[in-house]
Amino acid sequence: MVLPLWFIITGSFMGTGEFQSNFQPVLDNTTGKVSWPLLPVYPTLRSYVELLLDSPKFFVVFWNSCKQVFPSLLGQLMIAVPAAWSFARFKFRWKKALFTLYIILMVMPYQVTMVSTYLVLDRLNILDSHLSIILPAAFSTFPVFIMFKFFKSIPESLIEAARIDGAGEWRIFWNIGIPIGSVGILSALILDFLELWNAMEQPLNFLKTKSLWPLTLYLPGISTDKAGITLVASVIMLSPALLLFLYGQKYLEQGIMVSGLNE
Amino acid sequence: MNQTKTAWAFLAPSFLGVIIFVLLPFGDVFRRSFSETITGRYVGLDNYNTVVHNEAFKQAVYNTTRFIITCVPLLLVLSLILSVMIFNLGKHKDLFKTSFLIPMAIPVSSAVFLWKVVFHQNGLLNALLSKFGIEGCDWLNTKAFPVLVFTYIWKNLGYDMVLWLAGLNGISSSLYEAAGVDGANSWNKFWYITLPGLFTTVFIVTVLSILNTFKVFREAYLIAGPYPSDDSIYMLQHLFNNWFTSLDIQKMCAAAIIVAFVVVTVIMILQQVDKKIGGEE
Repeated sequence: MVLPLWFIITGSFMGTGEFQSNFQPVLDNTTGKVSWPLLPVYPTLRSYVELLLDSPKFFVVFWNSCKQVFPSLLGQLMIAVPAAWSFARFKFRWKKALFTLYIILMVMPYQVTMVSTYLVLDRLNILDSHLSIILPAAFSTFPVFIMFKFFKSIPESLIEAARIDGAGEWRIFWNIGIPIGSVGILSALILDFLELWNAMEQPLNFLKTKSLWPLTLYLPGISTDKAGITLVASVIMLSPALLLFLYGQKYLEQGIMVSGLNE
Repeated sequence: MNQTKTAWAFLAPSFLGVIIFVLLPFGDVFRRSFSETITGRYVGLDNYNTVVHNEAFKQAVYNTTRFIITCVPLLLVLSLILSVMIFNLGKHKDLFKTSFLIPMAIPVSSAVFLWKVVFHQNGLLNALLSKFGIEGCDWLNTKAFPVLVFTYIWKNLGYDMVLWLAGLNGISSSLYEAAGVDGANSWNKFWYITLPGLFTTVFIVTVLSILNTFKVFREAYLIAGPYPSDDSIYMLQHLFNNWFTSLDIQKMCAAAIIVAFVVVTVIMILQQVDKKIGGEE
């Protein structure tokens, strides 16, 4: 399970020579057997230097990924949090039908909505821009569902008490809902980060201009003779996700758990 | 009272977005699926006819179904066994959980590079097999289907494990204690307490696992491109992607409606089954 992680990290410290001699049989289809030592024999930071200092393009791509992922998350935060609150705390007509609709949209494979998304992005004239990735992601119904579960678990008595004290709906949401539901908000954001950071289908379909491409599309395009650089780029790409695991695994787990709880 | 108004105020931004980005365009797709793209002329079920009789579509449906039927039960069973083992583990629980969740963090393209090293004709797997005197093969180009099944399991095992763990946590420990007093062994406990206790979890784990099968397109695409040489992994995702590249809107619209219909139907069937079994308990 973790072996791939180990390979990527150790591989990123191999020099070109070592890399070539290890992987030549696979990369160039020459004869011989590939080998992957558990530790590089001659560890070096060469590939790191080459990627970080001599590849200005890498920064553009990295920045593209950030420009697509973080506004999407911010959008989800502003849109999904109140929506989840609404589903969890209020009774209104059509609520059940609407919520079912949200769940169905949540489980629809991307391929089903791909053509409709394309049509609307085309109509709005934002194809081939960062917005074409951000806007559909911001209105994703998945975080609504996750946060809903957490908001739902806040005891009604707590909110009743606030109401009796004369707190307005907005104050209750802001002062009780968000602080108590923050675990759920974080859980949803972490799950969504992992999803968006690794998204490939949407940029592949909606971004024609290569200078807008995120890491997911840039990495596979690095030529095989520079595979050492690919590994360094991989390490950099997976490090934010890994940091999330280190500091947010509890939230990640809880997020996954509630996605599985039936009502 | 004022509840409805407040509720809608909170919901409005999200719902407006859903209307603009999903519902309206999907309605448009529905309309287009019955008409000709350029002229907009109504053609009835012509587009559906074209799609259903399209050889690539038939193959993609066959492969996708085969993939789901192979992977999902396998993943469900493996992750359930794993979660029961971890659940009963005293020490190092978190360490194990983390290691099974790590694949979620590994970028697709890095995984693909590793797969090349492992499954290539000259790769690690064949090297290992030859030590046992077994003749290897070019896995990526001739046995892509099992490689993709492996990828899917590797990637989703941790996620499903956590889902099952949530279900296991929900089973009252007093049930186990009572069974222990009555002299039940661990297999009996698993069969008569754990499994029935997990019935409600099964539904959602199945749905989420099916949804996640669609995401193996990333690995499949990076390994073998839009038209894999081993066509056992040519799936609906490839088909949609290729029709998209050639802007075959008419076909895509009809196919999207068909797939959406199937997805909703499958969910409803699973939900009914879940209710039936859960209701009897």
